[in-house]
Amino acid sequence: MADMKELANLVKELEDQLVTCIRCGMCQSVCPLFEQTRKEADVARGKLALLTGLMENMFTDPDGVNERLNRCLLCGSCAANCPSGVNVVEIFIKARAILAEYKGLSPAKKLIFRQLLAHPGRFDAMVDWAGRFQGLFAKPDANAQGTSCARLVSPLLSNRHFMPLSSNPFHKTLPEKGVTTPGSGPKAAIFIGCLIDKIFPGVAHASLKVLSHHNVGVVIPPGQGCCGIPSLASGDRDSFTRLVDHNLALFEKYDFDVLVTACATCTSTIKKLWPSVYKNPSPGMQKKLTALSEKTMDINQFLVDQVGIEPIETGLEDAEKEIVTYHDPCHLKKSLGVADQPRQVIRAAGCRLEEMAGSDKCCGMGGSFNVYHYDLSSAIGTLKEHNIEATGCTAVSTGCPACMMQISDMLGKAGASIRVRHPMELYARALEKLTP
Amino acid sequence: MIQKSILEALQKIVGPPHLLTQKEDMLTYSYDAAVLDPVMPAAAVIPETKDQVGDIIALCAENQIPITVRGSGTNLSGGTIPYSSGIVLLTGRMNKIIEINEADMYAVVEPGVVTATLAAEVEKRGLFYPPDPGSMAVSTIGGNVAENAGGLRGLKYGVTKDYVMGLRFFDSQGNYIKTGSRTVKCATGYNITGLMVGSEGTLGILDQVILKLIPAPKARQAMVAVYDTIEQASETVAGIISARIVPATLEILDNFTIRAVEDFSKAGLPKDAAALLLIEVDGHPAVVTEEAEQVKALCLKMGARTIDQAKDDAQRDKIWAARRAALSALAQLKPTLVLEDATVPRSRIPDMVRALQDIAKKYRIDIGTFGHAGDGNLHPTILTDRRNKEEFYRVEQAIEEIFDVALSMGGTLSGEHGTGIAKAPFLEKEAGYSSILFSRQLRAALDPSNILNPGKITGV
Ligand SMILES: Cc1cc2nc3c(=O)[nH]c(=O)nc-3n(C[C@H](O)[C@H](O)[C@H](O)COP(=O)(O)OP(=O)(O)OC[C@H]3O[C@@H](n4cnc5c(N)ncnc54)[C@H](O)[C@@H]3O)c2cc1C
Ligand code: SF4
Ligand code: SF4
Repeated sequence: MADMKELANLVKELEDQLVTCIRCGMCQSVCPLFEQTRKEADVARGKLALLTGLMENMFTDPDGVNERLNRCLLCGSCAANCPSGVNVVEIFIKARAILAEYKGLSPAKKLIFRQLLAHPGRFDAMVDWAGRFQGLFAKPDANAQGTSCARLVSPLLSNRHFMPLSSNPFHKTLPEKGVTTPGSGPKAAIFIGCLIDKIFPGVAHASLKVLSHHNVGVVIPPGQGCCGIPSLASGDRDSFTRLVDHNLALFEKYDFDVLVTACATCTSTIKKLWPSVYKNPSPGMQKKLTALSEKTMDINQFLVDQVGIEPIETGLEDAEKEIVTYHDPCHLKKSLGVADQPRQVIRAAGCRLEEMAGSDKCCGMGGSFNVYHYDLSSAIGTLKEHNIEATGCTAVSTGCPACMMQISDMLGKAGASIRVRHPMELYARALEKLTP
Repeated sequence: MIQKSILEALQKIVGPPHLLTQKEDMLTYSYDAAVLDPVMPAAAVIPETKDQVGDIIALCAENQIPITVRGSGTNLSGGTIPYSSGIVLLTGRMNKIIEINEADMYAVVEPGVVTATLAAEVEKRGLFYPPDPGSMAVSTIGGNVAENAGGLRGLKYGVTKDYVMGLRFFDSQGNYIKTGSRTVKCATGYNITGLMVGSEGTLGILDQVILKLIPAPKARQAMVAVYDTIEQASETVAGIISARIVPATLEILDNFTIRAVEDFSKAGLPKDAAALLLIEVDGHPAVVTEEAEQVKALCLKMGARTIDQAKDDAQRDKIWAARRAALSALAQLKPTLVLEDATVPRSRIPDMVRALQDIAKKYRIDIGTFGHAGDGNLHPTILTDRRNKEEFYRVEQAIEEIFDVALSMGGTLSGEHGTGIAKAPFLEKEAGYSSILFSRQLRAALDPSNILNPGKITGV
C-alpha cells in the first residue's frame, strides 16, 4: 500500500467539491440511514468531514474511513435536500474509487467486476447457468410478489425473499440483430439494464408493447452490458469505464433521438455518472458522453412529456379501479426530478393512485448496501412496507427494478398480498385489456 | 486522552455499541455548524435512559472529565465543539415524546426529540408549538432550549424561552433537579428554568422538558411587498407595529439576497427590487381579513411598488419557499458561509441595514442580508472562502464591526444563535465585566470542577 500522504493527495481531487459543505447538518433530516442509527458518521456531513480528514492526512490507515464511507445507500436524499448544493453522491462515488484504487479491490470483487460484469457475454452465461440451478437453493414461495426464500439456511442470504432469476431473460428473446422498428415521431433506443434483463424481463416486454402501441420507432442493440453502477459503488472505476466504452460503442452504431430506460438507476447513472466519473476521458469522449447523457430519459418521462398519453378508457367507476400506490425511486425523483410522469402513467392505466406517506423515502435497497448491511436495509425497508400497506392498495408501483426487488422482499416477509409492478407493466396490461 | 478504566466504565453504563472512541468517529463529533476550528473529543457516549445519563455524569464528575452535550450539532456558535480531554454526550437515543396533554395544553419530551417531529405531533391534535428555527427539521428540543432558539414567528409568538414551563436536569455532580411545573403558573423557588434556558450545556444536562402548547390559529394570510428602497421597507415594519398589528411573521430580504434567490430558484422575484417584505398575519378569520387589509394599505402608503396576497395554500407556500431558499441561494455562491444574527431594536432596522451595506463595501466582502425584520433580528450572511486567509481576515474584522454597530444601536450580539465560543470573547463588550464575573461565579459554584461544556459563554 502506498503511503497515506499519497492518498491525501489523491483525495485533494475532491477538495473543491468538499469545501462546499457548510456543515449545517440539514442532511440529518432526510438520511434514511441516519434515521436508523443517529450516528454522525452515517450521514453525509460526517462522511464529508471524514474525507476532508483523509485529505488533511489525519489518519494512519484508510480502513476506518473506507468502512464508514461504504455505509451509505448512495440514495442522494442528502444531496437533494442540501442547502449548499453539495454534489454528495458524486463525491462519494469518486472517493470510493480513489480508496479502492489505493487499497486494491478485494479478490472476490475483482472476480465479480473484472471477470464477469465487465464482460457482458460471460455475465449473461453465468447468470443463465445460475438460473437453472437456483431451484436447488431456493423454494418458490407462493406469494403475490413471486419471491423465493432461502431453502438452505445460508448466512449470506439470511431470511431474504429474493427475486428469482428469470428462466427467460430478455436478451435471450431478442433476435440476433436486436430490434429496429419504424415509427412516427422521435426514435427511441432502449437500454435494458441487468435487473430488468435477468429478473424482470416482463418490464422490458411491457415497455416494448407500450412504445409500439404509441407508434414509437424503437432500437434495441443486442449485447448490451451493465450500466456500471455496481462496479462504481464498489470503487472499480476501471470496470465502469470499460462498461461505458462497451455500451457507448454499441449504441453509437444506431441512429436514435432519445435513449430510454425503464430502470431509474440506469437512467441516473447514464445521465449523471457516465459524464462525470468516466476515467480520464479524451475531449472527444467527453463530448460523446455529454451528448448521450443529454439524450437519456426515463421511459415514463419520455412517454408523458414527448409522446403524450391519454387515459385508457376502462369504463370503470373510480371506486371500481384497482388501488395502486407509487414509490418514488431515489434515482428518479431525487437524482432526476422525475416524479409526476410515472404517476400520470399509472392513472392513465386506469388505476386509482393512492399516495403513501413518505412516497419519496428511500426503500433501503442501495445496491450492495443491501448485501453488506441487510439488517439496516431491512429496517429501512420495513418503514416503506408499513407505508405501502397503510394505503390499502393491491399493487405498489415503482420505476426502478432495484426498488422492486427490495419492496418485494419486504412485502414477502410481511406476508402481504400486494403485487409489485412497474408503471409500464400496469399500462401494458391496460392496453391488453383494451385490445384483447 | 481518557484512562482505559474510565472508558470501560462508560461502556458498562451504555453498552458496547454506544461508546465510540475510534478516531474516525471522534472527527465526526469535532464540529458543529459554526465556522470554527474542529476539536476532537476523547470519546462519545450515547445513553438512552435517565439513569445512564446520571451514571455518566457521576463518573465524569469523579474523574473531572469535561462533558459536552450534543443534540443535532446545528448550532452556529460552537456550542458543541468539545474538549479534547472530554467526552461528547449524544442525545440521539433520548428522543421520546413522553406526553402531549391536550386538556392542559403542554408536552413533556426528552431532549433528543427533533423540533419538527414535536411540532407535527402537536399539530395533529389541533395544538401549536410556535418556535420554528430554520433548522427545525433537524434541531433537537434540548438544543433549542439550551440555545434559546428563535424563529420566524418570534415577533408574535416569542421564542423557545416563552414555552418552557419546566425542566428536569442533572447538575455537574449528577444530582437530579426538578424545576418549574406542568401548571401555567408556578411561583416556588428560584426561576431555575429561566436560568437553564440558553445555558448551552454549561449549568446542567437536560433530561426532560415541559413545553407550553397553544391552540392553533384558525386562519392565516401571507403577502409579499416589493420596495424600491430599503428605507421604505424598514419604515413599513415600524409602521405596522405602531398601528398595533403584530404579524406572526415579518421578514425582510435585501437586494443581494433577492438576486441570489432568483438566480437559484427562478421563483419570479423582481431582481431590481431593493427589498422585499414577506408578511403573514394569523388568528381568527375575521381579524385576519381586517389586519391583512390594514397591512396592505400601510405597505402601499409607505411606498411599496406592489403588494401581492396569497390566494391559496400553494401561493402561500411559494412565498415562504422564497424565504426558505435564502440561505441555500446564498450558500451556493461561495464555499464558506458565516451566518450572523446581531439584533437591534426594530426601529433601528433601517440604520442597521445601511451599516451592513457600508461594512460590506469597506471590507470588500459579500454580505447578503435577510431575516426577522419584525423583531430586529437580521441575518447578515457573509460569503467567503475560508481557505483564502487574507479575505477571511477581512471577514473577521467585518464581523467585529457588525457587533460594534449593533451594540451602539442598543442591540445584542446574538438574537438567537447563542454565545458558544464564537461570541464568548465579545460578550464583555455587550454585558460588561461584572456580568461576566457574576456568570463565572455562578458557574464555579454550580460546577466547581468545570466539567460542563467548558469554554462556552463565559470564556472559561
Ligand atoms: C440552516 C440553519 C438554520 C438555523 N436557523 C435558526 C433559527 O432560525 N433560529 C435559531 O435560533 N437558530 C437557528 N439555527 C441554529 C441552531 O439550529 C439552533 O441553535 C438549535 O437550537 C440547535 O439545536 P441542536 O439540536 O442542533 O443543538 P446542538 O447544536 O447539538 O447544541 C446546541 C447547544 O445546546 C446544548 N445542548 C444540547 N442538548 C442539550 C441537553 N440535553 N442538555 C444541555 N445542553 C444541551 C449543547 O451543548 C450546545 O451548547 C440554525 C442553524 C442552521 C444550521
Ligand atoms: S446538508 Fe449539505 S451542506 Fe449541510 S451538512 Fe449536509 S452535505 Fe453539508
Ligand atoms: S446518500 Fe443516502 S444514505 Fe448516503 S448519506 Fe446521503 S442520504 Fe444518507
